[in-house]
Amino acid sequence: MSLPVIAVEGLSKTYGSVAAVSDLSFNIARGSITALLGGNGAGKTTTLSMLLGLLLPTRGSIHLFGVDMANDRFQVLPRINFSSPYVDLPQRLTITENLRVYARLYGVVNINERIDEMLEALDLQAMRKRRYGTLSAGQKTRVAIAKAMLNEPELLLLDEPTASLDPDSADRIRRYLTDYKVRTHATILLASHNMGEVEQLCDDVIMLHRGGIVARGTPAQLIADFRRDSMEQVFIDITRETIRFPEEGPIEL
Amino acid sequence: MNFKTQSSASVNVKREYKDSSVQRIYAMCLRYLYLLRSSWPRVVELAYWPTVQMILWGLISQFFAENNSWLAQAAGVLIGAVLLWDVVFRGQLGVSLVFFEELHARNLAHLFVSPLRPIELVASLLLISFVRTVIGVGVAALLAIPMYHYSIFDLGLPLLAFFANLLVMGWAMGLVVAALVLRFGVGAESLAWVVVFAVAPLSGIFYPIEILPQWAQTLAWWLPASHVFEGLRSVMFDHQFPMSLFYTATVLNVAYLLLSIVVFLYVFSVARRHGLLMRIGE
Repeated sequence: MSLPVIAVEGLSKTYGSVAAVSDLSFNIARGSITALLGGNGAGKTTTLSMLLGLLLPTRGSIHLFGVDMANDRFQVLPRINFSSPYVDLPQRLTITENLRVYARLYGVVNINERIDEMLEALDLQAMRKRRYGTLSAGQKTRVAIAKAMLNEPELLLLDEPTASLDPDSADRIRRYLTDYKVRTHATILLASHNMGEVEQLCDDVIMLHRGGIVARGTPAQLIADFRRDSMEQVFIDITRETIRFPEEGPIEL
Repeated sequence: MNFKTQSSASVNVKREYKDSSVQRIYAMCLRYLYLLRSSWPRVVELAYWPTVQMILWGLISQFFAENNSWLAQAAGVLIGAVLLWDVVFRGQLGVSLVFFEELHARNLAHLFVSPLRPIELVASLLLISFVRTVIGVGVAALLAIPMYHYSIFDLGLPLLAFFANLLVMGWAMGLVVAALVLRFGVGAESLAWVVVFAVAPLSGIFYPIEILPQWAQTLAWWLPASHVFEGLRSVMFDHQFPMSLFYTATVLNVAYLLLSIVVFLYVFSVARRHGLLMRIGE
């Protein structure tokens, strides 16, 4: 069995007496698209931040590609990337300037060629000289995705990748991500509030509630297990606590 | 709109990375130079205050020179002092304000999930501070030549020693200010403008340290700037470069710079513990 790309063991984060995340343990296999779901305050952003090394856990361990993030995260960072609508790029720099800076930070070789590829792939060529701050929310999201793909990451962490995109652009981004995963066998972990997107894009779902994992499985398995018609209904059941969680750990399907 | 998939050729190539610290520091310098290039008010602001100060003190010097024979000799000291003091100020702002740009741009999280090490960010802040200080103080220094027939460049090699020491002192203060803002949020930004004025009276910019009260003199000698300005007066009045003052300023600066880097890196680890890298700037 191959090494999991993400291996999380006993992960907790507390702020004073408040537990943002408690005792999370999960593995994510190479080549999967996994959704990290949960209502506001469930612990998604905290978990993503810890996986990225932006936040230090109170307890527990994170291994990416078998490397301990507590001690050797710079060994792994060139192989991963990240995008979030809540983190911006410098507003006064043009799209190309932003991408050039990040390409250098990630040690990309053939920088100009790679930037051209990304601009073309995300239909940003025509606006390459426009300042990031002048772009619409949807265009900014596409630039953030372009930045996240610059180093051809083997692990991509996405926080609401299609937030603020119109349905057409959102669909194109989803197809782009699926295609990227198929061609490169990359692993994608995303947080999303769009349950339709999760059903369409993801082959694995981790449901968080109150900082812990309450269910895990494919979207179809979760819908069947909760006896609902859609992931949206499953999500509502869990966040409103209208279902009863098993007493011993998450529902494993 | 049509998103294209990449050619399989580009995807099938083995992923290659250049793991180069120099490359990452260069990337950050590029980021700050792009910013400077994109905003002419930022460039004007760099030279504006040093020039205004230089004009003000140039006029005061001219007035004194016509009314007092001792000050007639020393006319250049005031202009030289004001230009050199601005090296400290620009050096400090060059570090702290450029760091604030990242907070305002809400860009820190992107930077620190990239392979950029915190120490590399520090190195790029120091380099860009050097560039900004040279632009800011350089313009004022060049304008002083036609306006007051005073060239600070006539100081020769001692000018390099003074400039380097004052710049490093500015860097150390700038890093501590950046660390405080990283820890306590953008509400602490005003520190960038006030810290340098707190040490100005003790630095002996326009007067010898010996005129200060004894307790203040004790404090003053812990500042590299006091040694530099005593040295400046020695060069201009006595035509001697006091090596002991230079060595003391250099030793103090090395200690303060190392200490400020340690403080910045420590606060960075505190910021990771408290989740500040995601939240700051909001």
